[in-house]
Amino acid sequence: MAIASEVVVVGGGLAGVTAALSAAREGADVRLVSHKQSTLQQASGLVDALGYLPPVDPPGEDPTATPTAARTGAVTDRPDPEGPLADPFEAVDRLPESHPYRLVGADALRAGLALFDDAVDGYRGGHTDRNALVPTFGGAVKPTARYPASAAAGLASDDRPMLVVGFRSLSAFDARMVADRLAAADVPFEVAGADVAFPAAFREDAKITRFAHALDRDEPVEGTPARAALAAAVEPHLDDVEGGAERVGFPAFLGDDEAAAVRAALADRLGADVFEVPMGPPSLPGLRLEDRLYGALDAAGVSYETGVPVVDCETDGAGRIERLLVDRTGSEVPYAAEAVVLATGGLVGKGIDADREGVREPVLGCHVPHPADRYEWYVDDAFGDQPYARFGVRTDDRLRPLGPDGEVQFPNVRVAGATLSGADVAREKSASGVSLATGLVAGREAAAEVPG
Amino acid sequence: MTGSDEEERTGAASDPLDPDDYDAVDVFEGGDLDLRAGSDSCYKCTSCDTSCPVAEVDDSFPGPKFQGPEQWRLKRKEDADIDDSITSCSNCMRCDDACPSSVPLSQMHNEARGEYVDEQMDKLSREYVRNRILSNYRFFAAIASKTPRLANFVTGLGVTQWAGEKLLGITSEREFPDFAEETFREWWRKRGGAAVENPDKRVAYFHGCYSNYNTPEVGKAMVRVYEEFGYEVLVPPQKCSGTPMFANGMLPDARRHAETNVENLVAAIGDGADVIASCTSCSMALRQEYPELFDLHGVDDVAEHTFEALEYLRINEDLEGALSEAELDGESFAYHAPCHARNQGLARQAVETFREVEGADIEDVGDSCSGISGTYGWKAEKYDYSMEIGAEMFEHMEAADGEVGMTECPTCAMQMEHGTGYEIRHPLQALESALVE
Repeated sequence: MAIASEVVVVGGGLAGVTAALSAAREGADVRLVSHKQSTLQQASGLVDALGYLPPVDPPGEDPTATPTAARTGAVTDRPDPEGPLADPFEAVDRLPESHPYRLVGADALRAGLALFDDAVDGYRGGHTDRNALVPTFGGAVKPTARYPASAAAGLASDDRPMLVVGFRSLSAFDARMVADRLAAADVPFEVAGADVAFPAAFREDAKITRFAHALDRDEPVEGTPARAALAAAVEPHLDDVEGGAERVGFPAFLGDDEAAAVRAALADRLGADVFEVPMGPPSLPGLRLEDRLYGALDAAGVSYETGVPVVDCETDGAGRIERLLVDRTGSEVPYAAEAVVLATGGLVGKGIDADREGVREPVLGCHVPHPADRYEWYVDDAFGDQPYARFGVRTDDRLRPLGPDGEVQFPNVRVAGATLSGADVAREKSASGVSLATGLVAGREAAAEVPG
Repeated sequence: MTGSDEEERTGAASDPLDPDDYDAVDVFEGGDLDLRAGSDSCYKCTSCDTSCPVAEVDDSFPGPKFQGPEQWRLKRKEDADIDDSITSCSNCMRCDDACPSSVPLSQMHNEARGEYVDEQMDKLSREYVRNRILSNYRFFAAIASKTPRLANFVTGLGVTQWAGEKLLGITSEREFPDFAEETFREWWRKRGGAAVENPDKRVAYFHGCYSNYNTPEVGKAMVRVYEEFGYEVLVPPQKCSGTPMFANGMLPDARRHAETNVENLVAAIGDGADVIASCTSCSMALRQEYPELFDLHGVDDVAEHTFEALEYLRINEDLEGALSEAELDGESFAYHAPCHARNQGLARQAVETFREVEGADIEDVGDSCSGISGTYGWKAEKYDYSMEIGAEMFEHMEAADGEVGMTECPTCAMQMEHGTGYEIRHPLQALESALVE
């Protein structure tokens, strides 16, 4: 016997959850397994679709023209990316043919975003096809398709004067730098930054979640509730901005379970809108998104478990996967499935693994095309068109993995998200969109493999 | 794949060894593990700190990232002592599950704690004596259960609790668990052992201390449910799994118990049995901590063959099918997944199992730690933190429809009862009600 499901999704990030929800919508009995706790908690909580079109070398071009470690070329001559893009959908057809968006089409991106809007409440941006411009903790402005309600008052397209607040003990967020960079990017509003002391005697390197929970519970700080104390610390700086701040941005730890109430209380006391600027990990917006997505899995009747790596698989003669072997803390447990979705992440998420010998997909052993000479894996220009950024599993348009011979390697497997080849999501600002679009198709396709 | 996993777990990735053919524990001179390769995998994402229930409430605790990879780096210098904050880690092992880089965090903590106790702790200190008593719960339970009524009477006395707190630093806020009038093993002997013989379907039950001395009804439920499915149950001689000893840095104690357990369980595996535990900390110890910490003959064999009781049925039997015919009498459960179940990928199994049972209503009360973490919540100086960690779970239990709590972990059950006054059951007991006449 084995733990049996119709569809098993391997991977607990946005692509995996989307695939699981998508397959469940088609009526399949779905189980999601994730090696570790979901890495969503390290994500910004912003859901991008396509923000930039970076220049790429046309296929077939002489590789020696590309500057590499061995052959340094004219790095500074490389063109800038096109963008920020106002409309991610219209740009899809200008991506390279091997891009996942080209495989599944712009409609899949729309459907993926629609599934996200259905599954997750508390997000904005679904009313328009256009990208929103959200300030980040580095002081950049990110084009993004969906953003948490907590970030809504911070949009860069809004022209109200903005104050950005940082905390002296939190070196990862420099409010003055954020404000200066926004101003340098010619945002259409007045902006200033101010550092205040968080009004509580936490240790110097207190956890960000510690701040969030103090605000959640409105813990008293020397007799004053935390929310009121924070507002009092910020209030003297409202006029640092020319014309007086009409909106105030904080690093994104304004509460966890009670985030909306915390923002409302601060806004009320400050007489200004309050918003969060997404932070690096640990990311409260990421944690909140994880909660909502896993809540959606639960509501859809999807079974899930984390902390359990898939270590092996058993196939029939035709390459169909019959069972996955899952390592549960030392014991190998068989999981039977009619279809499998592989959404284990890319190089960063460890769904694609590389060493000096080569690049591989470690869970099922799907083929990962890459140049044999590893000097061809990268170019010198750090922000250039890095070949390694596009490494991943190549698939057909039904997202079935292709072997070295171009034939389907595992007929009942579908691949989604960063595990796929062809996208340079960091440069394109397309990571979430790729996960949503391909997750949706992979889930639908996997469900179709289940015998009626 | 197995090779690289092994390397990541043992942190020996940088050593030119054949990963299929060495025992990580004894390749270093002097027997000490070198876990620095594991700390090199840490890229400071702080997922571990975010998931640490102690760091969330205790401002003086620097968190798993410091206790693990940072401390391993620091201690490469010979004059660096283990930081005494290591004693505040409750060994919930959530950091392991959180780490995207497979840094062997809990193993690092266990090693560091052992070294701290061994080399830096005053063996005459109140704290040492108290921790030794708490971690050797089995020793005292074995004595107490000779005269359970007297033991229950004595432990229930205010003066006992007062003395416990004043002399030993064991909180007087908690009631000592009652000792059963008849231990599980006494019941087993009296019953004449297994009622089913089956050379093809055998399990060796690792009952652990708690279901032997305090809640034999859990062990009996395990036996009845498994016999219903036609299993022959073996009950090999056994000692404490060692979990409370790991958590208190009493590694020599833990090793002694582990030797007995591994020896007897290996024998049972030789007789064709898989090992089943009803306490998720026991199964965690057998599956993960033993191979990480002890170089014992057969220790990997035991890890490979050990399962949690409900998990094993789900893998090997058509439990869903059996339960689709079953019925429970309108029972509503507020289920809490113990950290050590969570870390084995079992956080959702009870919810999934009972979701389809007629008349049963089961609600997951969320992912917070219960806060007791075995012996942690028994320490006077940790009691308040323990209750603060558990507060979210108590609230969610109160909000759930069920007035009966459910969990696999005996100390989580203690904390759930302590925080809400609810009666707490083990999933096996609910299975028994549903499946056994």
